[in-house]
Amino acid sequence: MDAVLLQILNGLDKGSAYALIALGLTLIFGTLGVVNFAHGALFMLGAFCAVTLSRILTLSFETIDETKVDFLGNPLKVKTPYVESWFGPETGGAIIDWAVPLSILFAIPVMITIGFIMERGLIKHFYKRPHADQILVTFGLAIVLQELIKYFFGANPIPTPAPDVFKGSFDFGVLLGYDPNVIIYPYWRMVYFLFSTIIIGGVFAFLQFTTFGMVVRAGMADRETVGLLGINIDKRFTFMFGLAAAVAGIAGVMYAPINSPNYHMGMDFLVLSFVVVVVGGMGSLPGAVLAGFMLGILESFASMNWIKDIIPGIDQIIIYVVAIIILLTRPRGLMGRKGVMED
Amino acid sequence: MLGISKKDMTILLVVIVLALCAPFILNPFPTGSAMAQFNAGYPDLMQRFVIFGIFAIGFNILFGLTGYLSFGHAAFLGVGSYSAVWMFKLLSMNVVPAILLSMIVAGLFSVLIGYVSLRRSGIYFSILTLAFAQMSFNLAYSVLTPITNGETGLQLTLSDKRYLGQSVTESGSIPVTNFFGLEMRSTYDLAVGGWNFQFNAGYYLCAIIMIVAFYVSMRIFRSPFGLMLRAVKSNQQRLNYTGINPKPYTLAAFVISGIYAGLAGGLMASMDPLAGAERMQWTASGEVVLMTILGGAGTLIGPVLGAGFIKYFENIFSKINDTVLHQWFAFMPDGLEDVVVFIVHPFVGKGWHLTLGILFMLVVTFLPGGLVEGGQRIAKLFKREKAPAVPPSDPEHHPKETPHVAE
Repeated sequence: MDAVLLQILNGLDKGSAYALIALGLTLIFGTLGVVNFAHGALFMLGAFCAVTLSRILTLSFETIDETKVDFLGNPLKVKTPYVESWFGPETGGAIIDWAVPLSILFAIPVMITIGFIMERGLIKHFYKRPHADQILVTFGLAIVLQELIKYFFGANPIPTPAPDVFKGSFDFGVLLGYDPNVIIYPYWRMVYFLFSTIIIGGVFAFLQFTTFGMVVRAGMADRETVGLLGINIDKRFTFMFGLAAAVAGIAGVMYAPINSPNYHMGMDFLVLSFVVVVVGGMGSLPGAVLAGFMLGILESFASMNWIKDIIPGIDQIIIYVVAIIILLTRPRGLMGRKGVMED
Repeated sequence: MLGISKKDMTILLVVIVLALCAPFILNPFPTGSAMAQFNAGYPDLMQRFVIFGIFAIGFNILFGLTGYLSFGHAAFLGVGSYSAVWMFKLLSMNVVPAILLSMIVAGLFSVLIGYVSLRRSGIYFSILTLAFAQMSFNLAYSVLTPITNGETGLQLTLSDKRYLGQSVTESGSIPVTNFFGLEMRSTYDLAVGGWNFQFNAGYYLCAIIMIVAFYVSMRIFRSPFGLMLRAVKSNQQRLNYTGINPKPYTLAAFVISGIYAGLAGGLMASMDPLAGAERMQWTASGEVVLMTILGGAGTLIGPVLGAGFIKYFENIFSKINDTVLHQWFAFMPDGLEDVVVFIVHPFVGKGWHLTLGILFMLVVTFLPGGLVEGGQRIAKLFKREKAPAVPPSDPEHHPKETPHVAE
């Protein structure tokens, strides 16, 4: 029982990342009807927003400390970040420590801008083109974004630590009456899970309870009629693209402490997120979220040792196996609507 | 002749001449001259041209004719490579059984994957093939290590059995791949003046196989079967209503292109007997898609052009570094030279993929027919000046853009 609980917990954070990316993909697909292969790249750009901000915050100047000497006997050079000298060591240190959460504030405008530019500059011209063309052009864009990041940040993963407060793990086992250290869960992963549920809830609430969201939902159902009612639906859809980019971006920001960002992390997630979207059902937002968590948890179950003993290698392929089974038995995915991407 | 029209005969002849004279054509600059870095006439690169040409020709039979966009074709290439290397390990170093086995294994594998994937179309088909390919890639890396040797990749060793050949040569090294005794790596150097032309046995084997593969694909394009595949692309529903089941046709196309990929994989292993899982990764599948699109999907010669184009520029661009750039722009004033080098720098050398990505986006956006369409447009410009009333020469060979199955 404790092992099962542990695996569910472990699956939650990966599942949250899948769910967030798949949510954005579905938003774009549902509104604009575009298959966006560059969505993983947006996730990666988000993670690099965190890297950039923590680099900016740790920009420092050098002073020579006469009182100390290094091992060669020269006066020691001390690096002081500008932030610390402006706000004092305590506040400054705290700001640097909280670089990742702060990056969210930085990432949202950046990602929305990138989303706008992408939609207006490129995707707009592909609405009427076949899906294969959309896949291909966004695939090209993903390569470009990825290579740009590689050029500026190098090919190695860049460690981006979470704030000190969230280091360490939470002992769930004690709470439920198990022995200590049986079910432990890192604080940051808990934060990630909570954060993603808030974002997902926020997006749903936005679509469900605001007028803007209502119009967007109407547009998803019947774009033409909404247009005929005199509503500029294109503008709203562009905004939704920006929103989807921002969701992918902040998913990336928060994921940076869990997995050090590198330039191909987007591609790694993209393939899986597409599988998630298809399993959930093209164009279904709840389906995307459900499938994201489901596949994340299944993946972590499959990596349990006794399961691996029965079916070796299952942890590597479980997601794909599930996807194949679901696509063949429920062709529209778990919660797919009729008439979406039908032949 | 050979059951093809005069027009196709010309194309075939062009391909044959290009393939057989490649050591001359790709080596236009004398060795040692400043332009020698643009030469591509060395065996290793020429082999890659034709092998990827075969891969792309096969992919085009599926994508160009039926419109099914597979994102998992690299899996067949990888399977082909593995089976060829196993043949070298167990049987002998002759390439013929190895290539045959790699085609058979890839064919069987593609029957399996195709049968399942082709039950869906459009993006679902892409995702299914992608899922299968990633599955094979992950398995090759982890559980199947006894067969694939995991991350290290499958290599020949001195302790291999080779029941029909010898495990170790007399000099104590691993024997090399051969075609009934003709070593694949043997190269004849022809020095004419400042030029140095290399004729490699392995290259010629690949080139001849590619010519055959091209001819077969040409016959498929012109056959009733090819017409049926085009019908699948333009309107599958109508085909259903006329009482024809398109499944067997698409599956046949899928398997044929899988066999082509296996053949390419087998040749790759024959030229350099090792196989690694990274050949099956989805980026490798993406590469063949890029080649086909860049050259012109649905055209005969396009995929070959695309493969040659990408592999040539990959090789040339990767070699350019800052020193070379400074030489090029040396005529400029110093300050300007540095600026230009700084701007160009991200796009060359290791940044080749960036250039490729941009190029690819431009092609998909402005030239959906690829290089072939570009060539046609240029040709049309010239023709219009001479005789404005000439209609497009061969409507069948230049198919109009047709809506996708996915729509």
